[in-house]
This record gives sequence, C-alpha cells and structure tokens, in this order.
Amino acid sequence: MTSEAAIAREARHSLARFWHGSTGPVLIIIAAILLIWYAAAVWLNAPMIRSAAPEIAGADLIRASWQADRPLLPAPHQVLAELWRTVIETTITSKRSLVYHSWITVSSALVGFAIGALLGILLAVAIVHVRSLEKSLLPWIIASQTVPILAVAPIIIVALGSLGLVGLLPKSIISAYLCFFPVTIGMVKGLTSPDPMQLDLMRTYNAGHWQTFWKLRWPSSVPFLFASFKVAIAIALVGAIVGELPTGAQAGLGARLLAGSYYGQTIQIWAALFAAAALAALMVALVGVSERFTLRRMGAQP
Amino acid sequence: MTFEAADGPVFALSNVSLRVAEGEFVSLIGPSGCGKTTLLRIIADLEKPSAGTITVNGLTPEEARLKRQYGYVFQAPALYPWRTVERNIRLPLEIMGFSRDERKVRAARNIELVNLKGFEKKYPWQLSGGMQQRASIARALSFDPKLLLMDEPFGALDEIVRDGLNLQLLKLWHETKKTVVFVTHSIPEAVFLSTRIIVMSPRPGRIIDVIDCDLPGSRSLDIRETPEFLSIAHRVRQGLRAGHSYDI
Repeated sequence: MTSEAAIAREARHSLARFWHGSTGPVLIIIAAILLIWYAAAVWLNAPMIRSAAPEIAGADLIRASWQADRPLLPAPHQVLAELWRTVIETTITSKRSLVYHSWITVSSALVGFAIGALLGILLAVAIVHVRSLEKSLLPWIIASQTVPILAVAPIIIVALGSLGLVGLLPKSIISAYLCFFPVTIGMVKGLTSPDPMQLDLMRTYNAGHWQTFWKLRWPSSVPFLFASFKVAIAIALVGAIVGELPTGAQAGLGARLLAGSYYGQTIQIWAALFAAAALAALMVALVGVSERFTLRRMGAQP
Repeated sequence: MTFEAADGPVFALSNVSLRVAEGEFVSLIGPSGCGKTTLLRIIADLEKPSAGTITVNGLTPEEARLKRQYGYVFQAPALYPWRTVERNIRLPLEIMGFSRDERKVRAARNIELVNLKGFEKKYPWQLSGGMQQRASIARALSFDPKLLLMDEPFGALDEIVRDGLNLQLLKLWHETKKTVVFVTHSIPEAVFLSTRIIVMSPRPGRIIDVIDCDLPGSRSLDIRETPEFLSIAHRVRQGLRAGHSYDI
C-alpha cells in the first residue's frame, strides 16, 4: 500500500468521525442560524435605511443594515458587542451592567424555584398518599397552568404590593406558580414508579406508610425529581422576568427588556434575551451536574 | 379463592387442602395458571382468599405477616438498585427496628450463608442474576423467620446456574432448619429439593397429587440419575399430564 493511499484513507476516516460525531452537525447548525440571521437583518433593516437615505445601495446598503443604531433586527455581532460592553466592560455594581440585572432576576428565580419545588413535592406526596386527591385536586392544578401568566402576574404583583410586599418576593411567587407544576406531575409519576414486587416486599415486612415512603418511594422518584427540576428552573427564570414587566421594575432582565422597548433599543433587548437564555442554560446544566452527582452516589450505572 | 375478572369470576383455586409441617421443604409444581403462585401469595397475605381458612404457625396469614413470621423470595430479585448488597440485606432489619450492631452482625452472617462475601459493597447491577437472587435469599433470611416462601426464585436463570443454586439452597435448608414452601415449574428442581411435592393443575387450580420424596439428606446433583429419583420424577410428570390432559 502506498503512503498516499494511507493518508487518503486516514483523511477519509477523520472526515467520517467529524460527520458522525457531534462536532460537524453542531457547527453546521450554528453556521446556518448565523446565515439566516444576517440575511434577515438585511431584509428587515434595509427598507428603513433606504427610506432615510435613498442613495445607499448594493454592498453599502447591506453593510449599513448590519450597523444601524436602532435596527429592527440587530445583527449577531452587534448583540455580541453589546453583551461584551455590558457584561465584561461594565462594573457589576453599575445599573448599566447586565450582570447586575441578571443577578436581580436570577435571585428571585431561585427563591421562586425553591418555593415551587417544595410546594410541588408536597402536593405530589399528598396526591400519592390520598388517592381521592388525584381526582379532586389534580384538575385544579392543571387548570392553574392554563391561565395565561401574563394576565395573572400583574394581579399578583399589585395585590401583594398593596399588602406592602414589593421587590423580590412577588416575583418569586410568580416563578413558584409556574414551576411547582412540572415538579408535581413528575413526582406523582416518580413516587408511583416502584414496581409491584418492590411494594409487595415492603408489605411482607409489614412496613409502615412512612417507611415505604422513605425507603422505597422517595429513592425511586429521584430521577423523576431531577427531570422535573430541569423544566422547573428554566420556567422559574421566565416567571421572574414576566414578574418584572407589569410594574416597570427598576432592575432585572425584565426591566431591561421593558426599557429597551420603550426607547427602541433593540440591541439592548436582544442582549437581555441572550443573557436570559444563557442563564437558563447554565441553571439547567447545574441541575444536570447535581443529578449526575446524586445518581452516582445512589449507585447508578455510569 | 376467586378472582373477579372482566367476564365474571374466575375460580383460581378450589378445594385446596394442605398441611405443611415444621422443617419441611414443600414444592408446589404445576403449569402456569394452576394457582401455585396465588396459593403462596395467600399464605403470605399478599392476596385474600374468598373462602376457606389458612393458618400460618397457628396464626391467620395477616397476623403472621404483621408479626413478620415469613421471608418471601420473589421471581425477580427485586433488590433496590440504590442500595448495595449489604444495605439491601439490612433493609428488613432497618424496617423491623433492629439495633445498628445487630443489623451489621446479621447482614454479615447472611452474606456468608449465601456465599456473597466480598460483594457487600457492590450494587445490584454489578452482580450476575444468580448472585442477585442469592442476595435476595439472604435478605429474606436476615430477620430469621421460621418460614421461607419462595416463588420460582430460579425461574429466570439458566440451567447451570440453577443447578448450583439448588445445591446451595439444599445446604442452606439443612443448616437453617427453615420450613420452606417453594413454587416451581421444573420437575428435577422440585424432586431434588423437596421432602414433599404438591402437583397442581389449572382451571380451577387444584391439587392432583401429593408425593413424598425421601431422598437421602446429603445428596449431590448426581442423584438425579438414580432410579429412585427418576421414579419420583416420573410420577410428578404423570400427575402433571393427568391434570392437563383435556387441553393438549
């Protein structure tokens, strides 16, 4: 075999690895999104620029539509630049720092998540132990989630505000309202997941309800708990942002979105949206890490 | 014993009468659907009979269950996957309120009894099927019940593993002097292990034959080639065939 053939075969192999692994597909999707985004920026921003300055055309028009001050759709590099400026170059105590605003939102999302998770678990425990609650309580729990949160949020904020509760807690309650639901549904499933043989075993030991709960139902439900936590923590963040909108809060990602739309600062809006998405991804990833750690400690197969 | 099925009651067991003496090893054998597992579950108070009486050590099945008079070995090991072998064996001891020291001593003793020394810290998925079932036997014995109820414990294992476990179970029965009620659908297994074999037939579940089995106390697997063994096995097979004749 000649060495050229060997090199060619090696190249073919590494190309095959590239396509069959995850690197290739991930890069292609990112490239496609950027391409569509840049094209859409031209399509949306060009008419605005042309109506202001009809003499611009061709490559200049494209360039201008990627650099507009208040574009309909900012180009990716504009959003990145804004993120860089407000995250890295601004001190985090400043009102202009996105880190400052993110922390305001994240802290109330975390408090809301804690309340919601606890409430969700308690409801699931009640439903699993009192069978009639599944018929009587569960429909209300489901109905609670069909109410648009945008309609409920102002009511909660205003009602709590009149009781003197302002700031973090009302927002947390909106987060909790959203995120108890997946926890309840997941945990009802998880707590009823032991198979009949495992339950019969407890019966042969004449185990009490709480012994069966702590030694069988609870450990069986842990994988379900983490799965529902991943959903819950992401929507807790959404809840906190929504909670910042109706009162025109002074700080937080929601306030940033609201201020951006008042003053037509689309770049600021998009930067806040990306910050929110990145935070959600980070929190879901943290839940994932603690899931792996916990399940490993519980002897799960690696 | 009747079940309410969708199309009317099904007589799962009828006219079953049986007395098991202390220290006996009794096998219930029969085709699927003959109610052998149901009978075992009634003894264990996991099912309620619609009629008839059962006493377990002079108690009703429910009283016996509440007093933790028996250990039950299921078809599958049913080990809790988040507990190590040792902690699985300690599970009944925790529930029954044994002291920490006592739990440790008993777990160690029973691990030794089923030859699982060295595997205490392993999780169930790290063990073979046969080892898992041995762990579940140790779990059933850990609180030292007088009666051991076993529901096709080796049914899912291959022939070679099953032979090995039969030998171990026989030895364990000699050492512990437990009363064993053993459900199986393997003729050689029943003949090899039992002091008495109850042959059952389905629809409705009933007892066809009761066969005394007085093979010598210390036996090896080779006993299965002897004429005594084969004649008992033959009688079991005939009983099974008689009970089954109408639907073959």
